[in-house]
Order: sequence, then C-alpha cells, then structure tokens
Amino acid sequence: MSSIAAAKVKQKRIAQLISSGKRLDGRGLVDFREIQIESGLIERAEGSARVRLGKTEVLVGIKIESGEPFPDTPNEGVLTVNAELVPLASPTFEPGPPDENSVELARVVDRGIRESKAIALEDLCVEPGKKVFVVFVDVYVLNHAGNLIDASALAALATLINTKLFNYEVKEGEIKIKPGYKPLPLRNYPVATTFAKIGDKLVVDPDLEEEQAMDARLTMTVEKDGKICAMQKGGNGHFTSQQIYEASKIAQQKATEIRKLVLKE
Amino acid sequence: MSQKKPEKLVDENNIRLDGRKLNDIRPVKIEVGVLSNADGSAYIEQGKNRILAGVYGPREIHPRHQALPDRAALRCRYHMAPFSVQERKSPAPSRREQEISKVMREALLPSVFTEYYPRTAIDLFVEVLQADGGTRCAGIIVASLALADAGIPMLELVSACAAGNADGRLILDLTDGEDKNGEADMPLAYMSNSNAVTLLQMDGMVTQEEFEQMVNMAIEGCKQLNQIQKEVLKTKYLNAKEADTEKEEEAKEEAA
Repeated sequence: MSSIAAAKVKQKRIAQLISSGKRLDGRGLVDFREIQIESGLIERAEGSARVRLGKTEVLVGIKIESGEPFPDTPNEGVLTVNAELVPLASPTFEPGPPDENSVELARVVDRGIRESKAIALEDLCVEPGKKVFVVFVDVYVLNHAGNLIDASALAALATLINTKLFNYEVKEGEIKIKPGYKPLPLRNYPVATTFAKIGDKLVVDPDLEEEQAMDARLTMTVEKDGKICAMQKGGNGHFTSQQIYEASKIAQQKATEIRKLVLKE
Repeated sequence: MSQKKPEKLVDENNIRLDGRKLNDIRPVKIEVGVLSNADGSAYIEQGKNRILAGVYGPREIHPRHQALPDRAALRCRYHMAPFSVQERKSPAPSRREQEISKVMREALLPSVFTEYYPRTAIDLFVEVLQADGGTRCAGIIVASLALADAGIPMLELVSACAAGNADGRLILDLTDGEDKNGEADMPLAYMSNSNAVTLLQMDGMVTQEEFEQMVNMAIEGCKQLNQIQKEVLKTKYLNAKEADTEKEEEAKEEAA
C-alpha cells in the first residue's frame, strides 16, 4: 500500500508531466478514466447502481419509504442523500460518525439532484401536508481511488434512472402496497465534472495520486439543457476567474458525453 | 411561523425589496478587536446578519495527533446560535454547518502563512448570532479580519460576496429572502491582489453567460468589501497608535 502516501517525488513528477500536458496514466488532461455502470445489483432496494471510475468504486442504493413532508413544501416528496466512507474502501477511512469529507460528498451529490429538479417530487405526495414518499439515496464508497464526487453523482443518477416506485393505494390514510412497479418520475439528468488544479493546469477526473498533488478542486454539475446547477470548490488552494470559466465550458461537454452513456444503460 | 413568499423580489425599475439596486452590496458595519480573551476578533452587521469571529492561536494543539509537522493546523468552526433563525436551530452542529466549516477553512487557508508555526493550532470560531443570508460570506469577512487582528502573518485579507439570480435578474449580495425565493445563489471568496478565488459554491440553475456575469459581479462585490475591511483595520490600529502616543505623552508630563 505504498501508493497511499504518494511520495513527494511522485507528486513533483505528476505536476511536471501535467505542466507539459501529459498525465501519469497516459490520459489527456480533460479525459475521464474508464467508466463502467452496472444497474440493479441490490434486489431489496428500490434502485441501485455500481459505478467504476477507473479503480474508484461506488455503490448507490435507493430506498423509498413513507414519511412526513417538510412544512414549507407540503405537496412534495422528500429527498435525502447520505454518504458513507466505508472503512474497507481506504486505509484512511475510519469507522465512526460521518466526517466533513463524507458530509461534503453527500451534500454536493444532493445539490446536483435537488437544484436540477431531477426527481418530480410533487408526484411523490400521497396526502398534502401529511404523507409523502421519502427517497433515501445512500452513497456507499467501496474503493477510494480518487474523484469520489463524480463517481458518486454518476452512481446516484444511474440509480435514480433504474429506481422503481411500487404501486399503491391509500386506504383509511394508510398506504397499501399493490403488486407491480412504475419508474420513479424523473425530469432531469445532472452530471458532475470535477477538476483538479495542479500547477496552473486543470485536469478532469483526478485519481488518488493527482488528488494528493493538487492545490484545489472544483466540481461543476450541469443539467440536461446545459445550465450549471451546482458548484463546489474544495481544497486549500485557489482558482483564477479564467480557470473557472474554462472549467465551466469543459464541464458542459463532459456532462453531455457522460449523460449519453448513463441513459444508454 | 413561516414567512410568506413575496410576489416580486425585484420591481420593474430593477429595485430590490430592501431598496437596493441589482449590483449594490448591503451597507456593513464592522468592528475589529471586540473580544478581550481572544487573540483576534471581529464583528459584522450586514443587513440583519450579526456575526462574531474569534481566533485563538497559534497555540499548542490538542489532540496532539492533529499536529502538522511543517505548518500550523487551521481549524475552523462555523456555528449558528439557536436563536439566530426564525425556527429554533438545534445547537448541535448540522451537516450544513460542518460543510461550511470546511469550505470556510479552505477559503482562508490560501491567505495564511501557516508554515511559520509548525505543530501548532490556529483555532477560528465563527458564531452566527442572527442570520439573514450570506452568512458564510460575512463569516469569511470577519474571520479574515480576526486572523489579521490576532497578528497572524497573511498574504492579504480574504473577502466574500454572493451573486445570484432572482426574478430572472442577476443580483449581488443576496438576503435570506432573495436566496430562498430566488433561482440561484453563488457565494464566492476572493483575494483581491492575487486574483484568487478561494471559495466557490452554487445552487440553482444558471446558463453559461449568466454564470460568467455572476462571477464578475461577485468579484466586484468582494473588491468593495475588501476596501471596507482594510479601512476598518487601518482605523482600529491608527486609533490604537494614537491612544498609545497620548499615554506616552501623559506619562512624560507626569514624570516631568
């Protein structure tokens, strides 16, 4: 496991290569690693998908249960996103309550889905103000090899697409499940693209070693009509305004490519 | 207890509910050195925002395993008082507060020479006493001033301001109502001399063109706030210097 704390020498080498437009694993600066999407592995969940982004592996499961709406949105279902950095996924993950990294991961994934209005939440209302469906999106990181945000956002999107909502009827205020399913009502397909700033270059989809060598990180989530619906900067460094504009343009192209890939599944 | 959504956030003359134009920032009142125990502190009033920041350190780090061998650990806690919002907020840190603590720390770190104080902690506490939109930005403004007040070497002050979209128009420095009822909110932190964006988040939906305009607007807002921050700091230390010289003169007179 010597690769976990990539030696300073290697970080230097990564930065040198990137400044000349190359990357250690041979990718171009704006290339994603290979993406594999597998849907429906977990039968007990209403939806599930596993995404492999290079060696990074994320499993997302969706459970749907009945619950109460928020007081300010009585006619809408509820979306909650939670992320677990499972200890088996990396020697740096420890058991215990969610730390700031898993909270940030969950909230960035949540923001993309929520702000693009991906789920038609108003279709998940059973009884206004009293009973709605709650969509629990649980992000389970299985192997951390860099860029958890994009892998998780993609796995969440793939899961939403294959999530089935059970048929039901309401009898005396209670929900009775009937046989059969229909797809979860979706309206949008947000895709996240994360950039790492190394030296003064931006690279797309940083792997673990590049994340260790990066100054700062920027995620841009783009919805189906090309609007930007969520952003998050992370890391201890900074970006210039030019770099931000550049990133937003690349994110548009990447989102279109990856959206095609997910919708084909 | 919930407040009704106003019909319009911006009227036909491009005037907002609080009387501001689209790209006006809110008037701010900032004070530096407001707490006697803290090594550095600052307080801001911005609209109905009331936010206090205090810095302790560089000081010994506990728990010890958090020590960094080559620099100080900047630790940041953003916290909202239970009475700071309409519905009481539980004092336990929420996921939102945890996230803001993280991005706030990352927004300030590029400005601080942490390498001068290896193996120590610089603890930064930001308490939101009353919230009215843009608390993470206002928090960064006072946090940066508190760090300067603590005498910690810095590249420059960090400023922060949000740009957003309400009723289809781009606006600067959003209030709580504009954030909740508008279409997009994008907080941004900026170091004016370095052209460095150190915090960038957004929720809402904007086109590419709107996005670029919003970044420009937010940066302009940051530059204005940066001027104010510098004035406040200068005034405080000029006053302190004058008070010192007066004391010295008095002492001289007494001695004579």
